[in-house]
Amino acid sequence: MSAASAGVAPRADPARAAPLVELRSISRRFVKPVDVAGRIANAFGAGVREEVVHAVDRVSIAVQPGEVVGLVGESGCGKSTLGRLAVGLLAPTGGERMWRGEALDAMPRERRRAAQLRMQMIFQDPYASLNPRMRVVDIVGEAPVVHGMITPRQKVEYVGLQLNRVGLDPTLMRRFPHQFSGGQRARIGIARALAVKPEFLVCDESVAALDVSIQAQVLNLFMDLRAALDLTYLFISHDLGVVRHISDRVVIMYLGRVVESGPTEALFGDPAHPYTRALLAGVGSVEPRKRSFAPVRGEIPSPLAPPPGCHFHPRCPHAVARCREEAPVLTEIAPGRAAACWLVEPSPGGRRS
Amino acid sequence: MSAPGPLLEVAGLRTHFFTRSGVVKAVDDVSFALARGEVLGLVGESGSGKSITGYSIMGLVDPPGRIVAGSIRLSGRELVGLGHEEMRRLRGNRMAMVFQDPMMTLNPVMRIDRQMTETIRAHERVSAAAARARARAALVAVGIPSPDERLASYPHQFSGGMRQRVAIAIALLNRPDVVIADEPTTALDVTIQGQILHEMQKLTRDAGAALIWITHDLSVVAGLADRIAVMYAGRIVEHGRCADVLSQPAHPYTRGLLDSVPSRNPRGARLRQIPGMTPSLAALPEGCAFRERCPRAGPACAQAPAMQESGGRGVRCHDPLAAVAATAGP
Ligand SMILES: Nc1ncnc2c1ncn2[C@@H]1O[C@H](COP(=O)(O)OP(=O)(O)OP(=O)(O)O)[C@@H](O)[C@H]1O
Ligand SMILES: Nc1ncnc2c1ncn2[C@@H]1O[C@H](COP(=O)(O)OP(=O)(O)OP(=O)(O)O)[C@@H](O)[C@H]1O
Ligand code: SF4
Ligand SMILES: [Mg+2]
Ligand SMILES: [Mg+2]
Repeated sequence: MSAASAGVAPRADPARAAPLVELRSISRRFVKPVDVAGRIANAFGAGVREEVVHAVDRVSIAVQPGEVVGLVGESGCGKSTLGRLAVGLLAPTGGERMWRGEALDAMPRERRRAAQLRMQMIFQDPYASLNPRMRVVDIVGEAPVVHGMITPRQKVEYVGLQLNRVGLDPTLMRRFPHQFSGGQRARIGIARALAVKPEFLVCDESVAALDVSIQAQVLNLFMDLRAALDLTYLFISHDLGVVRHISDRVVIMYLGRVVESGPTEALFGDPAHPYTRALLAGVGSVEPRKRSFAPVRGEIPSPLAPPPGCHFHPRCPHAVARCREEAPVLTEIAPGRAAACWLVEPSPGGRRS
Repeated sequence: MSAPGPLLEVAGLRTHFFTRSGVVKAVDDVSFALARGEVLGLVGESGSGKSITGYSIMGLVDPPGRIVAGSIRLSGRELVGLGHEEMRRLRGNRMAMVFQDPMMTLNPVMRIDRQMTETIRAHERVSAAAARARARAALVAVGIPSPDERLASYPHQFSGGMRQRVAIAIALLNRPDVVIADEPTTALDVTIQGQILHEMQKLTRDAGAALIWITHDLSVVAGLADRIAVMYAGRIVEHGRCADVLSQPAHPYTRGLLDSVPSRNPRGARLRQIPGMTPSLAALPEGCAFRERCPRAGPACAQAPAMQESGGRGVRCHDPLAAVAATAGP
């Protein structure tokens, strides 16, 4: 195991079982071919090239059974892509993904399908992920029937139960998605994912559209399910208050790479990476005080043309020459903690690989 | 018109949906006014009618929904009852809305550059090159790097937060007087969110635009809004200056909401939540809609409470937590 992945996964602890989900140096590139206009321009020597986005660039994450790992990062840094990779909805362009210690992509089809049912994702964009022509009762109840978890006759009662848990009035189950508000739709997505009783759940901004009281209800439900069923979460969110509240560990990404990870309190109490520090400094409070919001300092680097060296250097107040040339490696800075920055001190035993 | 009235004035607005299973009173007697340069934070229960209030102002309520009562005035001009063509001319020009779901703004099969330049040229006679330059600048302002490449992309090639930012950029293209932003920063990290809020503050300060900011993020409201209105079951149950409402909530619902914020709860412990469930808007009981869930409910609450206004603050409750008149500042 490289130092990089050791930093993200908890240090080998023989008492603990194999991770439920593990991503090993996983990558995903998106290639946008040159379109017609570009090809015509090229005929005149414009030199338009295909665009490649390294949405996820060699990321390693291990999630233990029953653990909640918070995933935080800049908009567009690859969190949703990583979530889709983790549940097998998107094929990686590099690296390996393991489910209970077994390579997912090497599993026979039947077993892989069974494994994938155990992993569910609550999508960031509920509107696009809910079939507009299906009624809620079918959106939520179809999969449990198909997979033989309930009989068709139990569907209405079962769906009613699922809706109740997320604070939705079961009498609305014959409605279509467009007849709901944004937060109600988000809860339909949550109910659908929970209805198949997954073991591993990727929550992609799942509570962002909820008012804080319903958000509290859903977060409490998540925690109850974790306690009762050992449900394991990869929790993607921009709301650091929420992440801090429910995560055991937090992973911070920036432009396709992990820049810091560690136990929640240690990381929030003493952030090591300059991007993490910028994030924590930007957190507002509910105390009513008008603020003057500031634009991002420096230049926001583009995923289409990431800068050389550390991806954060165009925005980093501490960048030195080395940061502009060489990408820092994820290095252990304390037990269970890792950061990728040239200016952090490796822990005595920790190595830069 | 010499006396500068409010830029936007909503009075007694009621928007109902006539569905087969009953009348859904999504917005039921909502009133507020907004001056130039002012920011109103619109918060409240999920499903309480915030977005439909925005749609009503924009003239975008589709059947079986319709505005059944009330008035919406923009610089004194009544919008309720205006024809489609006239509303279309106001939309995207004098008034713009950033939808909760960016895909309501974005056409999935059209490149971003075309969507943006068409928005500009629908209201203004400018050259294609000038429109493109303005579109490019708008992307930069909302923190989208590589604007030229992104202009040549389709919506599905963007991340969730990038789509949100493109939708914001499109809403601001024609420098509208009134912007209704519906949950516009849920997919943005706080550093990029700061960039957007900075642009919004510039717009209100320099161009005098008025802003309705619909959100569940109370920390954003706290930092951005001048005034705040809290909605529950189709009604505004409390409004006032942002500082007053957040530090001394008067309505029991507002109080319950503030108590549920994670940072006000011990880490990892169960979060406080308001007991019970939102009543169905198609079958609201008589009296205060919050009654069944309210720790202060008494016999009087079987009658619907009227909005009690005083000193710029108002609350719809028979037994408010704070005496409204006492906390209202100058
Ligand atoms: N289908 C696609 N085709 C091309 N590029 C894509 C595609 N999906 C994602 N990308 C690109 O990959 C990068 C990462 O996107 P992703 O959606 O994973 O970000 P994210 O971290 O979830 O962001 P957000 O917080 O805004 O939702 C972005 O630059 C995005 O433009
Ligand atoms: N087409 C429709 N038919 C019937 N009811 C509808 C329709 N559209 C919306 N509603 C209902 O109107 C109410 C108000 O919806 P609205 O979208 O304004 O809520 P909201 O306050 O924006 O909530 P959220 O914070 O969840 O987005 C909701 O209870 C919703 O179920
Ligand atoms: S009117 Fe009564 S029930 Fe309604 S919020 Fe006030 S005290 Fe509670
Ligand atoms: Mg995303
Ligand atoms: Mg809404």
